[in-house]
Amino acid sequence: MTDIDYQALEFAYQKHPDQASLDPASHRVIVAGAGPVGLTAALDLAQRGIPVVVLDDDDKLSTGSRAICFAKRTLEIWDRLGIGERMTSKGVSWHVGKIFFRNEEVWRFDLLPEHGHRRPAFVNLQQYYVEGFLYEAAAAHPLIDLRWKNKVVNVEQHSDGVTLDVDTPDGPYTLHVEWLVACDGARSPVRKLLGQESHGRVFKDRFLIADVKMTADFPAERWFWFDPPFHPNQSVLLHMQPDNIWRIDFQLGWNADPTEAVRPENVLPRIRALLGADAQFELQWVSVYTFACERMDAFRHGRVVFAGDAAHRVSPFGARGANSGVQDAENLAWKLHAVLNGAAPETLIDTYASEREPAADENLLNSTRSTDFITPKCNTSRYFRNAVLNLAREHPFARGLVNSGRLSLPYVYTDSPLNTPDVPATACSTANHETSGVDGTHSPHGRPDVADIDQAFSGRMVPGAVALDAPIRDAQGNDAWWLSILDGRFTVALFCDAHTPDGAALMALQDLAQSSPAALQTVLVCRDNGNVHAPASVTVIQDHQGYLAQRYDARAGTWYLLRPDQHIAARRRHVDVDIIRRALQRALGQA
Amino acid sequence: MPLIIEPNLPSPDAFYQTLIETHQGLSDEQSAELNAALILLLANHVGNMEIIREALDRARRSVAA
Repeated sequence: MTDIDYQALEFAYQKHPDQASLDPASHRVIVAGAGPVGLTAALDLAQRGIPVVVLDDDDKLSTGSRAICFAKRTLEIWDRLGIGERMTSKGVSWHVGKIFFRNEEVWRFDLLPEHGHRRPAFVNLQQYYVEGFLYEAAAAHPLIDLRWKNKVVNVEQHSDGVTLDVDTPDGPYTLHVEWLVACDGARSPVRKLLGQESHGRVFKDRFLIADVKMTADFPAERWFWFDPPFHPNQSVLLHMQPDNIWRIDFQLGWNADPTEAVRPENVLPRIRALLGADAQFELQWVSVYTFACERMDAFRHGRVVFAGDAAHRVSPFGARGANSGVQDAENLAWKLHAVLNGAAPETLIDTYASEREPAADENLLNSTRSTDFITPKCNTSRYFRNAVLNLAREHPFARGLVNSGRLSLPYVYTDSPLNTPDVPATACSTANHETSGVDGTHSPHGRPDVADIDQAFSGRMVPGAVALDAPIRDAQGNDAWWLSILDGRFTVALFCDAHTPDGAALMALQDLAQSSPAALQTVLVCRDNGNVHAPASVTVIQDHQGYLAQRYDARAGTWYLLRPDQHIAARRRHVDVDIIRRALQRALGQA
Repeated sequence: MPLIIEPNLPSPDAFYQTLIETHQGLSDEQSAELNAALILLLANHVGNMEIIREALDRARRSVAA
């Protein structure tokens, strides 16, 4: 399958019956832009049963490697969409980075010190493979209608949707849609049509990127040079990609002429300076980029929602562009599904903006800091940067200051209105009121809730955080991964032992699942499942190595409510179905 | 704990002489990198953002209001 040259694919424009319709055809969701973000959004929506039309003004996938670093969280999202394995196995996994300054290696770091995760910290994969694999999954999905050479040329907002004028090789036509998702890139035509713009900082620097095919014995590591002898006063980045292709980024400075810089006679000497005069290689793609750190003030405008580069742009250092866009897509997909199905009010879409705007700010902050370190804007800034690098060899504290791009971690929606906060430590003594046995449930231990003095949790799995993975055994006793159990529904995960949960609690959870406006599954997490008797509708898994209990600071009776996007909505130490019901309503934006 | 602005060095003249001598024979650029390294080392040693921020503010005010 991967013998396909995805860069060369051209998708035939096909006239759609909508174009001959007298009245504008109506659709539920239209995605503008068939890039990594738009295709992820379309797949997620389609897998939830929502038909999606994808409009793209081009008829090709990405040319050149472009966004090459795909982070663990992105791979986990694609796992839920059924394409994570393909992306990971084609990609080059790496976790070691080396930093060079002038002639010397000053530091090396390892991004994956923790075991028990399905996916690596990063894979390197050319954007055309990512788009190609996403495209094939989308094209095979009966609910996705891909329309190439369909350019959005006008957008009119109504209270219940959007009217779009779309230009095609056969002339224009009009569509009506309930929700328009604009994933149409940094120059977003939809954004311009709405009269909106992004605000932020444009950096006065240029980088040359080259994809070079060669057989080299460099290891699969990220190498970053500051001021190397072969490219003085600038930085250089080297990444290994599949198919013996290496990606090299050369900082050029602002005064470089972009059209001159990409001419082979100017590119080849730079690459030879890095690889050596005798190196045998073939230049596959070359481009010059500038970058900006900016975002739209608001990601939702009526029935138009912006995602990916259309909403926010970051510098490439730290791999936060495509990765954050894929996280936008997954945040939006389940919410649109819930709103379109009547499970949630339209205001749930406001929480897409209130969760993803601060996520973009965090990415912009990190990206701006990396950029200021990599490309100092004044002599003093350069002196400090060089001092850090000079000290890094022998001084551990200085290594923490070296910033060639910070690891992109998923944003924690700490302040989201969809979270049910933990019981505050000082309020633990009053927690009895909360667990007073509504719906006939009682403390699962059958004793008074004096145990609530230890309602507190430690660790990273706070409300708003994305669920950490762990190795488990599934209901059939096969080795599996925790995140594969979180299949796109809401999940109540209840940690149990021989006595927990009791039958009444299980019955109440089943009733809750049946009456829930959004799909909800119950998962029992057991250390071993010898003693657990659960109804067929409840999934029983084994935390046989104890990773889950440790990562979630859980003991028997602890439960977590997880959202369809695998973020944590609520948690407590004892089952109280009324609290779970209210947390679910809150996570659906009903509270 | 506020930033100490009263005399705190046992031998101010000796400190000053050592500071200047450390720069001897360096180019302006090397000197600038040395100063930057010195600030980073001392800031990490202090390890208190409140004190560091006060020092930064006072240093800034000493050259521009």
